[in-house]
Amino acid sequence: MKHSLWVVRGPLSRRLYLLIATLSFCLWIAVWWAVTALELVDPLFLPGPGAVLRRSLGWLMDGSLLSDAGISVFRVTAGFLLSAVMALPLGLVIGAYRPVRAFFEPLLEFARYLPAVAFVPVVLLWVGIGESSKIMVIWIGTFFQMVIMLSEDVTRVPLPQIEAARTLGAGGGEIVARVLLRSSMPAMFDTLRITLGWAWTYLVVAELVAANSGLGYAILKAQRFLQTDRIFVGIIVIGLIGLGTDQLLRFIHRRIFPWAGARS
Amino acid sequence: MGGGEVVSEKLAARALGKRFDAGGRTVEALADVSFDVAAGEFVAIVGASGCGKSTLLRIIAGLESATTGEVLVDGRGVVGPDRDRAMVFQDYSLYPWLTVLDNIRFSLNLRVNRSAKSGGAPGVAVPSIAGSGVAGQGGEERALLLLELMGLEKVRNAHPHQLSGGMRQRVAIARALLAKPQLLLMDEPFGALDAQTREVMHDLILHILALEQRTILFVTHDVEEAVYLADRVIVLAPGPGHVDSIWRITLPPALERTQDLKLSPQFLAIESDILGRIRATSGLQSDLEALRRLTAREMIL
Repeated sequence: MKHSLWVVRGPLSRRLYLLIATLSFCLWIAVWWAVTALELVDPLFLPGPGAVLRRSLGWLMDGSLLSDAGISVFRVTAGFLLSAVMALPLGLVIGAYRPVRAFFEPLLEFARYLPAVAFVPVVLLWVGIGESSKIMVIWIGTFFQMVIMLSEDVTRVPLPQIEAARTLGAGGGEIVARVLLRSSMPAMFDTLRITLGWAWTYLVVAELVAANSGLGYAILKAQRFLQTDRIFVGIIVIGLIGLGTDQLLRFIHRRIFPWAGARS
Repeated sequence: MGGGEVVSEKLAARALGKRFDAGGRTVEALADVSFDVAAGEFVAIVGASGCGKSTLLRIIAGLESATTGEVLVDGRGVVGPDRDRAMVFQDYSLYPWLTVLDNIRFSLNLRVNRSAKSGGAPGVAVPSIAGSGVAGQGGEERALLLLELMGLEKVRNAHPHQLSGGMRQRVAIARALLAKPQLLLMDEPFGALDAQTREVMHDLILHILALEQRTILFVTHDVEEAVYLADRVIVLAPGPGHVDSIWRITLPPALERTQDLKLSPQFLAIESDILGRIRATSGLQSDLEALRRLTAREMIL
């Protein structure tokens, strides 16, 4: 029996999914191309796909695209890792012990609404205009959210897993290390993957304000010279790096946590 | 078993009471619950939902504290959970990242059991209760034995999410039995299983327990299950939870019980008596009255 594709939450084969996804991608490029080729929009506002492609090749050839992307990747990675290294243990103890949560939660809930962007001037004052300023802006933007989300991952560990360990004679530290940490690892990995995306947002902010290299800086410079096509290249490259890392991390997740996603 | 003058009971619940705050008002979950469980005995606790049977079991496990009264194991008061009172939960208690065998072995790597392994450990965590605890080589061998007893050999390297609900509960029971607990506490362990799997589990547990000689406290809402498995059945009544009645089950010994027994007049008589007590102590009777009044109103169109 042939099933309709339009059953609510109905099945869809992998092949058909990929086909539709590819079609969608091509469709948007085609719309973009059509709008610019028919000169419906001034190329100054929206350059065509051809112009953007030519610009990216030129940028790639003179060698600065790779170095700009490289320095940006470095800053994102450094800021993100600094956040993660600090947020992981803190999120774990906040999720494990209620008094620690009571101590940190109000502070974190307040801090996560602080506008990271507004911190840029003070950050420059504190750590100067070197690499540390960019890393610190990323840290401010991601750390507080990350701690809260990681601690929530820990609180979602099923209670029977914890209580079974207690009745088997496990001590507090053993429950944290052998049950809470292990059980919440897949969720924590996902949280890190999601916050990595935010790190890119704050990177561009930091580079727009205080940098003389990187993709964000290149975008700002292109704006000054009204090189809209270069702005588009910068945006698309950041998008592609983000998409690539996300897919890679999803792949790693499936490989190292094959048991995740199924409750037991 | 034994006379009245010696302390022969493995477990004694003494005037247990439990009150807790629920949104500003105090709820009394248990009041003055007392009973004994003899060594090697299988006692089931049944009762209408909300009678506090799970709360009672969790207090005995040490996962919750009683407001009044005390729990004695071998005459000693217990505070907090320990490996002498292992618990089997209804579901979601296995460790999904561990294989079946490693789930069963989980407690071997805990400090309490590791330190008992080598005599040179600096005087910590000597097993507090004689007879419970397992360590070192003995523990590894026991894990393999339980794997075999529970019929889990073929899935020893599988992960919990690859198993059926019944197989998962076998793992949970093996894991709880590993350290030879003084008391095995089971909180509706078969409540999430289908009827056929439950029957298989009933016969399995009767045989395993005949071999293991553990003392069991078993909470269930299924009276048939309670009568089939237990030596005694305690009916807990709600509002606040208290012992309504205690039934001694005089059926053939565990190993001679078969599923056919559930249809024998003797079995059905005990089952219906206990069900009658549960109905009498719950609000269901008055619901039925209300239903009769409603249907008598000629509402059929």
